[in-house]
Formats: sequence, structure tokens, C-alpha cells
Amino acid sequence: MQVLAGERGLDREVDSGYCTDLISDFMANGTPGCLWLTLQAHMNVVAVALLTGAAGVVLTGGRGIPPEVCRKAEAEGLPLLSTPCRTFEVAGRLYQLLFSPFHSG
Amino acid sequence: MVALKDNTPALELAFPVRARDFLAGGDGAARIRQVLQQVGFQPAIIRRVAIAAYEAEMNIVIHSFGGELKACITPEAITITALDTGPGIPDIDLAMQEGYSTASREIQEMGFGAGMGLPNIRRCADELEITSTMGEGTRVKIVIYNR
Repeated sequence: MQVLAGERGLDREVDSGYCTDLISDFMANGTPGCLWLTLQAHMNVVAVALLTGAAGVVLTGGRGIPPEVCRKAEAEGLPLLSTPCRTFEVAGRLYQLLFSPFHSG
Repeated sequence: MVALKDNTPALELAFPVRARDFLAGGDGAARIRQVLQQVGFQPAIIRRVAIAAYEAEMNIVIHSFGGELKACITPEAITITALDTGPGIPDIDLAMQEGYSTASREIQEMGFGAGMGLPNIRRCADELEITSTMGEGTRVKIVIYNR
């Protein structure tokens, strides 16, 4: 997982995750403190993550990310990460970290 | 820090919204959210306003020729008004239906135009009024009570 922006926010607490590529879906269902997993990598993803108070965004699938998106996330202090893994895989690992009894506490 | 007392006049904000400007689209809603946080509204109220204002702003970006997003903030209620010049909405009941969208494929590929915008606004609003004139434009007025 590569950190593209917002490194200083990486110690934020993440309490849930949400997977969607529909902007309005995240707007409606993303919650403060959640990690957004999406393959959309445009400017409005940053805007919506900030509006919902998301802990950060993980851009999945290893797609190209425009530099202005990284710059905006950096300026706003929003952790923006990128991974070549599919959303399914990242979600599975995040779920384990958050909710598996072996990782609690 | 801005303080709102019972008899202070309303706080009025207005932001121009350009058609197809996906870079700046959402900035107005972000600014409204910031002001509400500074004034000290409850997070649940701020969340509803932010969702409604964002969706209304993006509707102007996606569907109109341009317009304006306005907010009127009082201790009792927040009123968001989205005004645009554009084609208008031929059938408002249809546009309110979950999943219905007229957005182009290109815009849908960006994750917009899922037919969730107006339903999201309706869920967040205490009062919602949409008036539209074909070939002229649309006005969406959203009231969210502070309670």
C-alpha cells in the first residue's frame, strides 16, 4: 500500500470501512472515521471524503491517479492511499483487522 | 469563531457554481459545512446539510448551464437554495425516483448520475421544494431545522 497524500493523518482511528464507486452512495452512507475503498480517483472523491469526515481513502485496482488529486488531499490533510489489490481483497483484510477477535484491542 | 444569538440576523452565504466544473464542484457545500462547524451546530445537523448541499451543487454541475448555491443560516433552521439556468426537469416525480438519472455515460463512469442525488436530498430535508421551468432552469429549496 502506497501513501499518496496526508501522511500526517495516518494515525487517525479507523472504525469501519465502506466500499463503493458511486459518489452519492458514499455521500449517503460513508460515516466519520470510516475508510473509503474505491477505484474512482478524481477530485470529487477528495471533496466527498472531506464532507463526510472519512478517516481516509484507499484507491484500489492500481489505476492512475491525477497529481492534482494528490495535491488536494495533501493540502486538506486527507490520507490517500493506493494499492494494486482489488477492493474485495482490501475490504477482507480491513474487516479482519477491525472485527476479527484475534485483532481486537 | 462566529456566534449566533437568538436575535442575530441570518448568516447568508452564496457561491457561484459552474457547469461541468468537477474540480471545484463541492467547494460550496464544503464551505457551508465549515461555517456550520464554526458556529457550533450539532454534527448530525451538519451532516444532513452537507449531503443536501453537495447533491444540489453537483446537480448544477452535472445538469445545468451554471447557477448558484446559497445558504441562509439562523439558530432555528438552515435553508439551502440551488438555482440554475438550464434545461429544467420535465417530470419532477420521475427525477425524484431512486435510480432514475439522465446523466451521460461519461459522467456515470465518474460515479455520478446513479439516480441518488435527489433521493439523498429528500432524506436529509425537513422541507423540500423543487420548481422547474423547461428551457429556463430549476430552483431547489431545502430547509433543515436545527432540532
